[in-house]
Amino acid sequence: MSRAALLVLADGRFPAGGHAHSGGAEAAVRAGRITDAAHLEDFCRGRLHTAGLVAGALAAAAVLGVDVRELDAAADARTPSPALRTAARRLGRQLLRAARASWPASELDALAREFPKGAHQPVVLGLAARAAGLGPDDAAYCAAYESVSGPATATVRLLSLDPFDATGVLARLAPAMDSVADRAVAAARRAAAEGVDALPAASGPLLEVGAEWHAAWPVRLFAS
Amino acid sequence: MHLDHTHSGPAAVSADAHRPDGARRALRIGLGGPVGSGKTATVAALCRALRDELSLAVVTNDIYTREDAAFLLREAVLPPERITAVETGACPHTAIRDDISANLEAVEDLEDEVGPLDLILVESGGDNLTATFSKGLVDAQIFVIDVAGGDDIPRKGGPGVTTADLLVVNKTDLAPYVGSDLTRMAADAKAQRAELPVVFQSLRTEDGVADVAAWVRERLAAWTV
Repeated sequence: MSRAALLVLADGRFPAGGHAHSGGAEAAVRAGRITDAAHLEDFCRGRLHTAGLVAGALAAAAVLGVDVRELDAAADARTPSPALRTAARRLGRQLLRAARASWPASELDALAREFPKGAHQPVVLGLAARAAGLGPDDAAYCAAYESVSGPATATVRLLSLDPFDATGVLARLAPAMDSVADRAVAAARRAAAEGVDALPAASGPLLEVGAEWHAAWPVRLFAS
Repeated sequence: MHLDHTHSGPAAVSADAHRPDGARRALRIGLGGPVGSGKTATVAALCRALRDELSLAVVTNDIYTREDAAFLLREAVLPPERITAVETGACPHTAIRDDISANLEAVEDLEDEVGPLDLILVESGGDNLTATFSKGLVDAQIFVIDVAGGDDIPRKGGPGVTTADLLVVNKTDLAPYVGSDLTRMAADAKAQRAELPVVFQSLRTEDGVADVAAWVRERLAAWTV
């Protein structure tokens, strides 16, 4: 394996569609819940410990070889908002395209056949990491980082926030990302032994509610 | 690159000229250019000119609304199932150049759902003079500028003006009112583009899109050989 593959997969410029999504930040900005860097940090910390933890565990479990159909169903069950389920599948489909071009593997081809309209993004992320020769911890880190890097970048565009402040938020969240990735991998190992019910089911209700509200707007900058 | 030679399943890389079932896919033509230059009007006119002879569909990339798709739907240039809007997250050039996955899915879904198609027009959100389409997304691109945006744009150049397969200078009917010198624009475009074609058009005139439609037919003839 090449550890540097993690840098390729986690790069914000990896062409997997993430640039069009705000991770809930657009709804939070409109609702007045994010107005500056301090609020962005609170928002990201909440997202990391809920959506980020669940995504990390799903991705790590996929690397460990847990059945992808079960993982995909587990992701559905942990995503109350239909708009977020749609967005997760769309992003999964986009990531799968980029992953298959980057790390050709029969497992990824099989996933494309099984889910022509996309599996949940964290599940695809796990299989992509596996195809790249990465481990469950790498996949969990990638998911944890994505759960906060997306909103941070989007908020720079939405609020004209100072990009250095937004990057500072991400840097300050690094220890929390370490801990979330550790918990995600531990949960994934339990899921590999005991089944997907052992995966975490943390959820931020405002993220789910905000996603439904956002999906109904006629005018918006981001797809979710 | 055609990954399906070694792996089964749908093609991963969609510059491939063939669809997973082996059939040749539709020709994809991108239309880019600054805000307000007449991209959507040109797409609408092309649809009207070509829809009786070709099976076609449109993908729009609005920056923050669905207005371009809504305009095409309102004008009824095509049935609604042949028009898809892609959301671009505040970066229209990213969606057509750096991360084309959402647009690729839109064109592939159109071929699956309303195909077979001869031609798909991919319209960019209004952007700046550096916006160009990835070769992984489109087979040819048209850059649309207009005389009212300043007659120095061809001289300024930039990737859109210098490298697009076709440069369209739109709204020539406005030239006398905005003081734009069409002769100078033509000379500057020639200097920037050498042998690449340039069309001056006004969609206010009867069959104003005829030259662009003829260029599209030529591209399609070359594609289907």
